[in-house]
Amino acid sequence: MANRIDRDQVKHVAELAKLEFTNNQLDALTPQLDEIIGLFESLSEVDTSNVEATSNVTDQINVMREDVADNWGQSEALLKNAPEAQDGYIMVPTIIDESED
Amino acid sequence: MNFETTIGLEVHVELKTHSKIFSPSPVEFGVKPNANTNVIDWGYPGVLPTTNKGVVADGIIAALALHAQVEQHTHFDRKNYFYPDNPKAYQITQADKPIAHDGWVEVDVDGVKKKIGIEEMHIEEDAGKNTHERDHSYVDLNRQGTPLIEIVSKPDIASPAEAYAYLEALRQRIQFTGISDVKMEEGSMRVDVNISVRPVGQEKFGTKTELKNLNSFTYVKRGLEYEEKRQQQVLMSGGSVRQETRRFDEKTGETILMRVKEGSDDYRYFPEPDLPALNISDDWIKELNDAMPEMPGKRRDRYVNELGLTDYDAMVITQTKEMSDFFDSMVALKADPKMAANYLQGDVNAYLNDQQADLSATKLTPANLAGMINLISDGTISTKMAKKVFKAVTQGEEPKAFVEKHGLVQLSDPAKLQPIIDDVLDQNPQSIEDFNNGKDRAVGYLVGQIMKQTHGQANPKVVNQLLMAALKH
Repeated sequence: MANRIDRDQVKHVAELAKLEFTNNQLDALTPQLDEIIGLFESLSEVDTSNVEATSNVTDQINVMREDVADNWGQSEALLKNAPEAQDGYIMVPTIIDESED
Repeated sequence: MNFETTIGLEVHVELKTHSKIFSPSPVEFGVKPNANTNVIDWGYPGVLPTTNKGVVADGIIAALALHAQVEQHTHFDRKNYFYPDNPKAYQITQADKPIAHDGWVEVDVDGVKKKIGIEEMHIEEDAGKNTHERDHSYVDLNRQGTPLIEIVSKPDIASPAEAYAYLEALRQRIQFTGISDVKMEEGSMRVDVNISVRPVGQEKFGTKTELKNLNSFTYVKRGLEYEEKRQQQVLMSGGSVRQETRRFDEKTGETILMRVKEGSDDYRYFPEPDLPALNISDDWIKELNDAMPEMPGKRRDRYVNELGLTDYDAMVITQTKEMSDFFDSMVALKADPKMAANYLQGDVNAYLNDQQADLSATKLTPANLAGMINLISDGTISTKMAKKVFKAVTQGEEPKAFVEKHGLVQLSDPAKLQPIIDDVLDQNPQSIEDFNNGKDRAVGYLVGQIMKQTHGQANPKVVNQLLMAALKH
């Protein structure tokens, strides 16, 4: 089997996605992911030598709205939908990390 | 061992738009938590952001104000991270083709002028705000989606004093464009700094540390000064600086370790698929450039060269656009520029400090203050009377009406002053004799008597002239 991804990379990606796996699961997932990445390799068969790189897949450009404020009045309904809310705030488990950007 | 210091600054500036960057929710402060949020701000599935044209315009304006090159083919990117102030689990920002690059501002540190480079500037969304309590944290998403411009300096800054001057210059230029309030105390300007030191002659930059919790320009400078010394001491004692984030303690003036950085962040940026790319036309840039307010440097030159102010006066007046605009309006109303500048720096600044208010929050108007100065210039009131008039002007009163109402008119008419002067001289023969014996002090006494007779309303200049004429007679 080609080594397109190794166990450590799978573990790293899982951590980024806040997923926890046991060692056994990681051992099982690694070849599966490797196979999935392999499926994407068929894309490389397309000749793109004459295609310019792009950041967008649509040909839309400059879709902008004017700077006009409009409150949709959804605050109450949204808070009702939050797992927990108090005094207009969303309540979440205590956050220790202060790494606000 | 001699060291050189390298400082880099990342400055976030909050824009004063009406609506958020990717949703039409209002941008305003002091409203109920989450009141200004909708499904887009909460990152609900299936919602589509749209770009606020005003934010792109502000980005171009900021680029022009900081001499940067506008990237005409620009787009947004997605920066992935989990944090409860950010419900989408990603921030829409710019990484690949930010809106502007390669700018500069000029700073002046102890008379030495230096250009400090700006690496790049990008527009992005702010996150919400968390409040932490013991049992829970509380999330308010009103700030989520507030537009920001991030300005990244080049590593050109060689001292804490230069960092301070750079921030001052940046704040001033952005403030003059009117796109932001740029107030650190209100969070509309936020500063992250990194600093490293290396022995002179070493090519490679030293390991840098990052500083947090810098709530004023002064703290930035003090934090950097402390960190500069700390790193030098570590290196001199044979140690090595760790890559870490440190917090500035305002009370002790020290920096305290927050956390050591392990590995680099992995934000997995990719082009934002929900937002079409932007092509910024030459016409749009020109239109915004033509409408740009005059920058502080240009105003200072005009004040010095055309209006005869000193460099110092011109510098003080251009500290804020508000003050500078106020001054321009006064001059347009024919107020004497030098007097206008003196009043703004003196009485007006003292009043603003006393009230802890900005000019716009007071009842002072250029028309009333100019009116008062014109009354001084034409001799209607003395500068002493102006003290009273100034008080009234701070209350929004029209100076001419106030002066008339309170009989505060200066007595300048020689026909009216002459009899009073004659009277005072008749009653003080001793003073005349003293004067004739060369005692100039006698004049002061006589002027005082005349002022007393006129309840302080006599024009001192006219009194002096008439008195000297009478004495030498």
